[in-house]
Amino acid sequence: MSKVHTMALFNDFEEAGNALQELKDSNLAGFRMQDVTIKSPIEHPELSALLGPRPVYVQLFTLFGAVFGAITGFTLIASAQANFLLQIRGGRPVVPIPPNMVLTYELFILCGVLMTALGCFIGWKLPGNRSPLYNERVSEDKIAILVKADSAAITAINAIFTRHRSLEIMGEYD
Amino acid sequence: MIDRRDDSDIEIERRFVPKAKDINEDIAWAQINKDVLRSMERPRPMYWVIFAASLALFGFGVFCEVYQYQTGLGVADLNNPQVWGLYIATFIFWIGMSHSGTLLSAILHIMHADWRKPIYRFAEAMTTFSLMTAGLFVLVHLGRVWQFYYVVAYPNERWTWPNFNSPLVWDATAIGTYLTSSIVFLYFGMIPDLAICRDTATGFRRKFYWFLSLGWQGTDRQWANFRVAYLTIACFLIPLAVSVHSIVATDFAVSQQPGWHITSFPPYFVAGALYSGCAAIITLFIILRYVFRFEEYMTMPILDKTCRLTFAIAMVWTYLNLIEYASVWYGNDVYAKETLIYRATGLYAPYWWAMNFLGSVVPFMLAFKSMRNNLTIMMVVSLLLNMGMWLERFMIISPTFAHGYYPWTWTSGWWPSWVQWGIVLGSFGWFSMLFMLFCKIFPTVSMYEVKEMVYHRSEARKARNL
Repeated sequence: MSKVHTMALFNDFEEAGNALQELKDSNLAGFRMQDVTIKSPIEHPELSALLGPRPVYVQLFTLFGAVFGAITGFTLIASAQANFLLQIRGGRPVVPIPPNMVLTYELFILCGVLMTALGCFIGWKLPGNRSPLYNERVSEDKIAILVKADSAAITAINAIFTRHRSLEIMGEYD
Repeated sequence: MIDRRDDSDIEIERRFVPKAKDINEDIAWAQINKDVLRSMERPRPMYWVIFAASLALFGFGVFCEVYQYQTGLGVADLNNPQVWGLYIATFIFWIGMSHSGTLLSAILHIMHADWRKPIYRFAEAMTTFSLMTAGLFVLVHLGRVWQFYYVVAYPNERWTWPNFNSPLVWDATAIGTYLTSSIVFLYFGMIPDLAICRDTATGFRRKFYWFLSLGWQGTDRQWANFRVAYLTIACFLIPLAVSVHSIVATDFAVSQQPGWHITSFPPYFVAGALYSGCAAIITLFIILRYVFRFEEYMTMPILDKTCRLTFAIAMVWTYLNLIEYASVWYGNDVYAKETLIYRATGLYAPYWWAMNFLGSVVPFMLAFKSMRNNLTIMMVVSLLLNMGMWLERFMIISPTFAHGYYPWTWTSGWWPSWVQWGIVLGSFGWFSMLFMLFCKIFPTVSMYEVKEMVYHRSEARKARNL
């Protein structure tokens, strides 16, 4: 059966939450909670919790970036210092640790920040992933619930949306 | 349930719970969008006056720089020992100015202080443009601008790297890192608002915001990733901001010059940076509030909090300043002591005393509520505070050069030429011009965060009333 999208707009989080709860409890054939997306002008963790766990992997990118930055920074500096043919250091170490920590620290932060941003973009599945249905009122003050389901289930889903006073239902129907 | 609140509790609450709200909790979300977007379309005429003045100042600065470039550094009246002049003093000033925006925004974000939400965007923009302005002075004071890449860490044609133990290399790396991270932080926090701009704009502007908003649709997955990433970057920025000005301080502190070789310089610089940044936030707050009609969002209670924060930081700076004087006065370094006496009694004495007055006495006006509630007084005070902080940087550089170890430097009484002053004024024009352009193109009040603020506060109010 072909999968299609439907999206309903709600006035507030309470109505959207009630509609989501009913969708969750409905056990409709051809519908999974994993295929539900909430679109809102602000973050609402309680509403998102109804969708079930959706892990975020940004921290892994941060960890990788920070470790990579620190190692690269220190290795770059130390190898550059050790690269001199003549090491006239007057007894001082060729690779001094305390001053090298400064640049290591800066690269640790720089790579951590850049990888965090990259991790977030990957988490958004940019640039390819664009949700098929969007209403500009979401960026103003409305809350949208986007559902991807079998075409047979769409009527029942839309009925749930209507019961919970959705303002508008948009569809991507064949 | 027995109500255990007695009269004393109620009295304490009456006295200490703030009555004035940071923001009107009943404002509609659609109205927030409308107000902020309207500000970008139709600012008050004062906007164009400020922009034209900035452009004129910047133009004069460019003229001075071109004149210096074509004639030689001699026209700046730089000499030996006054090799840095106003250029490096102003460089430190702009680096300092950059501190409060991102640093305070990050700290307040982590602490969930939601009163930051209407004001953090312009403060972060201030950071970015201050850093860009500071970077200009590195180029200007080089003289040979075309050799600017000498300050960047890279191997030359003989495969010899720069001295990584030098604070100047640390400086370039730290400032580069801070600028990059600040731009990422500023841009990141702006993405949901850019999507709002995209959804309302038309023509070329729509395409511009469409590109910058990266397909933001406010989905739960986008919000979840965004929150974690934004918080993580904020956590990185706090130690980074502290490290940047500490490193600028070590440019001086690791040298042997009397008056600079002081252990407390890094925290002193960081406190001074926060101080001047906070004063600049007050100035820009008042300007933006009027020019963009942000009275509903940049409210007096928020200004009050910012002023109190500035007062606290001013007292920290004053304390560290006194510590510096005391450690030099009671220390065994006669040269440093001589330099301190020279600052207080020599050629630069009026400026040194002005710095102390403006930096340590004037902020006491922030301690009075009646003063904090007067926008004109706060505007004047914030400008005076920043003048004091600029003088502080001037007093770090010039008197030390004029009273070093060598007696021949003691007669080098020096005053900057008009070319130096012109370039310094031009930097203020450059900063204001960039800042005003930013305010016209990007939303200076974070719409989605103000919505969050309004939502959470009204929810809390509903819960209290139940």
